[in-house]
Amino acid sequence: MIDWIAIFSNAAQELISPTTAAYALAALGLAIHFGYTGLLNFGQAGFMALGAYGYAISILSFGFPVWAAVLVGIGASVVFALILGIPTLRLRADYLAIVTIAAAEILRLVFTTNTFDALTGSASGLQGYKQGFADLNPIPSGTYGFGPFTYNAYDWWIRIVGWTLVVVLALITWLIMRSPWGRVIKGIREDEDAVRALGKNVYSYKMQSLILGGVYGTLAGMIFVLPRAVVPANYQTSLTFFIYAILLLGGAATILGPVIGSMIFWVLLSFFSGFVARAVEAGWLPFMSQVQAGQLRFILVGVAIMLIVIFRPQGIFGNKKELAFVK
Amino acid sequence: MSSDSTPTSKPVKTTGLHVGDAGPGCRKVDPILVADGVTRTFGGLTAVDVEHVEVPRGAITALIGPNGAGKTTFFNLLTGFDKPDSGRWQFDGRSLAHVPAYRVARMGLIRTFQLTKALGLLTVLDNMKLGAKGQTGENLFRSVLPFLWRKQEDEIEAKALEILARFKLDTKKDDYAASLSGGQRKLLEMARALMSDPTLVMLDEPMAGVNPALTQSLLDHILDLKSQGMTVLFVEHDMHMVRHIADWVIVMAEGRIVAEGDPHSVMQDQAVIDAYLGAHHDTDLGTTDTGHVEVLKELIDDEQ
Ligand SMILES: Nc1ncnc2c1ncn2[C@@H]1O[C@H](COP(=O)(O)OP(=O)(O)OP(=O)(O)O)[C@@H](O)[C@H]1O
Ligand SMILES: [Mg+2]
Repeated sequence: MIDWIAIFSNAAQELISPTTAAYALAALGLAIHFGYTGLLNFGQAGFMALGAYGYAISILSFGFPVWAAVLVGIGASVVFALILGIPTLRLRADYLAIVTIAAAEILRLVFTTNTFDALTGSASGLQGYKQGFADLNPIPSGTYGFGPFTYNAYDWWIRIVGWTLVVVLALITWLIMRSPWGRVIKGIREDEDAVRALGKNVYSYKMQSLILGGVYGTLAGMIFVLPRAVVPANYQTSLTFFIYAILLLGGAATILGPVIGSMIFWVLLSFFSGFVARAVEAGWLPFMSQVQAGQLRFILVGVAIMLIVIFRPQGIFGNKKELAFVK
Repeated sequence: MSSDSTPTSKPVKTTGLHVGDAGPGCRKVDPILVADGVTRTFGGLTAVDVEHVEVPRGAITALIGPNGAGKTTFFNLLTGFDKPDSGRWQFDGRSLAHVPAYRVARMGLIRTFQLTKALGLLTVLDNMKLGAKGQTGENLFRSVLPFLWRKQEDEIEAKALEILARFKLDTKKDDYAASLSGGQRKLLEMARALMSDPTLVMLDEPMAGVNPALTQSLLDHILDLKSQGMTVLFVEHDMHMVRHIADWVIVMAEGRIVAEGDPHSVMQDQAVIDAYLGAHHDTDLGTTDTGHVEVLKELIDDEQ
């Protein structure tokens, strides 16, 4: 028999999981890049890796306090954005896409290689960097919550920090996008030459956007590794594509879209994986093994996202009116 | 190009703009823009080869010439949107060579594009507001603190609404620019250019695709710019319009300036007739592009 309660409660937990928060942050960064500025950044996984490694290495190898480790991660992603942006932002949009996808892969391979094993832990990655963050936890130890949302103090601490960050950055994004700065950014998305002709330094604005969205990705990378270890295999290009899927699902030029999109993505993923695994166990899918079942969930999520994009191409929060004018 | 687009009222022409004989590259009493030896080639094709040209201040100057003469390319070079192979040019006494496009605009030289660049998914009002210079809220760090820029934003909005009303676009202010018609976009682009109080406005075919009823009001807008003290340089194929509002005409053909003068005399210039018909028009008129014959007929008609 299938344990529906377990499937649903596992899926519900994803609503507020730190991973969902991390993906929401990364997608919010991509919304700034792609949705508002029109920058095709396919290297968001690279920014996340810099956050994860910047944070973990600062603590493990250099004994930095938490705040300094966070600053190191942010600094690394600013430098990364400059390296990506300086040669490409003057060129056509597709060049940035190629360079970001390659640069993110290079980063991942550098983190994977044995050469820097002492710092990066190569393929097996890093762990043991969580104490500093746990020490900041004001919640007395114990178990709190109700139903599926019952966690210990550390797990609540990650969730509170992660989702506070999501709310704060979503508010900041909302503020800047309705300001004159946001107007310039959206103008650049529509036609950068027109904006240039009005006296705006388009190159500088694109760089600011790339850095800002990249920093969101970096913070996402830090939240992402707080409930798990740092493993280089997590930062493959497919990570970037999942974040794009979330962004398109929610609506590219929206604030709530990336956040709700991330929730839907993870709830669906958990639901399908729970359902398929138990269905195989119960012998409903005799043609499949457990391993195959693990892959099937991505196929099902893919189909679900395709359906949403076909029947609601502007995304959940996107403006239907805009779609009428998409070239 | 029907004659009913020709306005009836006679605008006041500015005269006495040049020094000495009118001719290609002649000196002006008070030039706002001076270009020297500007060349631009695309592969083997010399698109622009301007030895010397001066644009008079406070007047409306038309830049005319057949298709492919290099007018748009020259515009691009002057405004920093393209880089010349050689040459120097200055605006208001300051050199513009190697100055990026956005700095050129900040210096007060604003252009529009032949292929209209309305920012489709911005509202008409946002398009306008984007044109204003020196906005505090365009700084990323200050943008999160609305109280720093709210007052300036209100002033910009008031100004935008006033200009939109002049261009009869005020009822459209909350629509996406993408929903405007082609002619309305031309109007919006011109209105947007005015948001920064430019000293020199360069319009690339402002009338293309604008219906005759609107043409009249666009002409009035351009004349209005002059009365407000701005200098206008525009590219146009409609000779009625050129004759009606231009104080000075510069003729380009195959990248060169071939003639200059007031609209009356320039259209009788042999070089202009050659430019539009090709130098050997007397021998093979039958094979010439009929569009050019039309233009020439217009020139001659107008003179009568
Ligand atoms: N980017 C480019 N690459 C190659 N050739 C170009 C380019 N831009 C312009 N040209 C060539 O330069 C010449 C001048 O073009 P330009 O657009 O300046 O003409 P124009 O005078 O504006 O013509 P029109 O009245 O048709 O707008 C043309 O022969 C054109 O083919
Ligand atoms: Mg042209």
